[in-house]
Amino acid sequence: MAIIDIKDLRRDFVVGSEIVHALRGISFSIEPGEFVSIMGTSGSGKSTLLNILGCLDTPTSGTYTIDGTDVSTLNRNAQADIRNRKIGFVFQSYNLLPRTSVLENVELPLMYNKQYTARQRRERAMEVIHRVGLDQRIHHTSAQLSGGQQQRVAIARALVGDPVIILADEATGNLDTRTSYEIMALFQQLHSQGTTIAFVTHEPDIAAFTSRTIKLRDGHITEDYPVPTANAQAALDALPINEDY
Amino acid sequence: MNFANLIKLAIRAILRNKTRALLTMLGIIIGISAVITMLSLGEGVKQGMTSEFASMGTNSIMVMPARQHRGGVDMGNSTSKSLDDKDLKALQAACPHVATFSPSVTAAVQMIVGSCNHSGSVQGCSPNYLTINNYSLDRGLMFTEQDVLTYAKVCVIGQTIVEELFPGGENPVGQSIRCGNIPLKVIGVLKEKGQGGFGNDADDIVLAPYTTVQKRFLGINYFHMLEASAVSQEASEAAATEITHTLRATHKIDNPDNDDFEVMTMNELMTSMDSMMSMITLLLTAIASISLIVGGIGIMNIMYVTVTERTREIGLRMSIGARQHDIMLQFLLESVVLSLIGGLIGILLGVMLSYVLVLAIQSSGSMPISFILSYSAIVISFIVCVAVGVFFGWYPARKAANLDPIQALRYE
Repeated sequence: MAIIDIKDLRRDFVVGSEIVHALRGISFSIEPGEFVSIMGTSGSGKSTLLNILGCLDTPTSGTYTIDGTDVSTLNRNAQADIRNRKIGFVFQSYNLLPRTSVLENVELPLMYNKQYTARQRRERAMEVIHRVGLDQRIHHTSAQLSGGQQQRVAIARALVGDPVIILADEATGNLDTRTSYEIMALFQQLHSQGTTIAFVTHEPDIAAFTSRTIKLRDGHITEDYPVPTANAQAALDALPINEDY
Repeated sequence: MNFANLIKLAIRAILRNKTRALLTMLGIIIGISAVITMLSLGEGVKQGMTSEFASMGTNSIMVMPARQHRGGVDMGNSTSKSLDDKDLKALQAACPHVATFSPSVTAAVQMIVGSCNHSGSVQGCSPNYLTINNYSLDRGLMFTEQDVLTYAKVCVIGQTIVEELFPGGENPVGQSIRCGNIPLKVIGVLKEKGQGGFGNDADDIVLAPYTTVQKRFLGINYFHMLEASAVSQEASEAAATEITHTLRATHKIDNPDNDDFEVMTMNELMTSMDSMMSMITLLLTAIASISLIVGGIGIMNIMYVTVTERTREIGLRMSIGARQHDIMLQFLLESVVLSLIGGLIGILLGVMLSYVLVLAIQSSGSMPISFILSYSAIVISFIVCVAVGVFFGWYPARKAANLDPIQALRYE
């Protein structure tokens, strides 16, 4: 069964007296274990799509099913629960809580899930922090971390609730090439361990590290094709040893 | 998110902006400490007054002639001559709830002993005046019924008189005080009693047989007042009723509106004093609590700022699954905690302030007062703080909870 199933999704915005059609009826589905990049120029509707995929917005028409639940008509609280249990977000600007330790940042989503006790919360957070390789920094605050490390914390935070899909919004947009590749290598590693990922980007070289690309233009899907996945670790190793050294 | 975590979060958020939090709390601190001070001072004065009244004799009853009108002109308080020996005899026979009566007449005089003099009044009374008014003898004797019958020129004096007229420390008993033109022989000295219930000096007193004051000083045959003592504090109402009925009978009055006398019990006086003090306290507290409103508005203001500053955080929390009420509760608790901390400081400050003020008032001696820590005031302050926090935090918290997560995440 598809993790994400979208049928004839439309989203209209009313701006003044004009109606802007951000999404004009798109359909696709994402199967478990896929690593999808969603590409498009600004104004293509990819942000709108991502907001709907992330249950932050509801479509004007069409259906959106995530992990068997139709979420296109849910109310705000039910949407919040879906975000908490089924979705992990990674943002371009990390959005970590300032002056808060790595551990607490990662624990945060579980704070809104009553099924976890304080102890389970901590254990689960330590586990995902280990997966992103920040064991040595659990008590550091975000100000004490580099951009790449902050994004790793954000990825750990996205993973901690054991979501069915991770939605990354330009997750490498604020990072230099080397760090971007490192992050993509981490994503590939998570993907190889079975995590489903949807990655919004406008950089083709980043999209090349995914296994499927969906291209959006003016609210339509123009292309949807599998990509021969480039190995991010290999690309990282191929980078010239930085001139900074 | 559970409650303990939310409180931890609130405290942490407040600690991040210590100066700002302190300034915000200032209104609450001032408001609460003012309220606490007012309430405990009011309670203290009430308590002080009550104990003063108690020392005057809680059983005591006063019977005064009514105001008199002559040709439409009000002659002032206690100007009628309606109370006399006849009434006294009738009352003594008819009032089982009254332990004892004493007539009272006063004459203002200049008292002279050698080179010392003192302006005061001679209080004419019967020997049981001491019991009624809780006086006791320090030295010598009280005059007797025999002295009353013979208009004896004797007196019993209070400590203030002793200090004023016998500054050398000699024993006043046996000496003579010239009051106006009449020499009175001192036969007894009263123990010191201190301040009277109305702030007067209870030791500035010269007691003489009432007949002496009536005949020798004033040349009258009525009383200015009748003082009585009920058998117990509880019996004072019943005693007052008996007195009223007896006097109406002897004065042949059918209509209570025409009473030519007034009966006042100390009990009644204490109750009315009590309610008056409560009114004053309430009024002052109400004024003090205005600054609580100002403080609340300060909290509201800063909570709005906080919500705006932390828009992205709110967006993030929503995107990872915080429900609206989670956000609402987070900010509401922050304002409640802010207000509560302010309240706590205010309570401490208020208690200290009222303690210092009570000490100052006590040492100035202008008013009877005792230091009372009003627990009800503290509990009420706590409740008020929570209420202020909730009331003024509500709108900012709702604003936070109603943010659109997409907009909030994008907020710069």
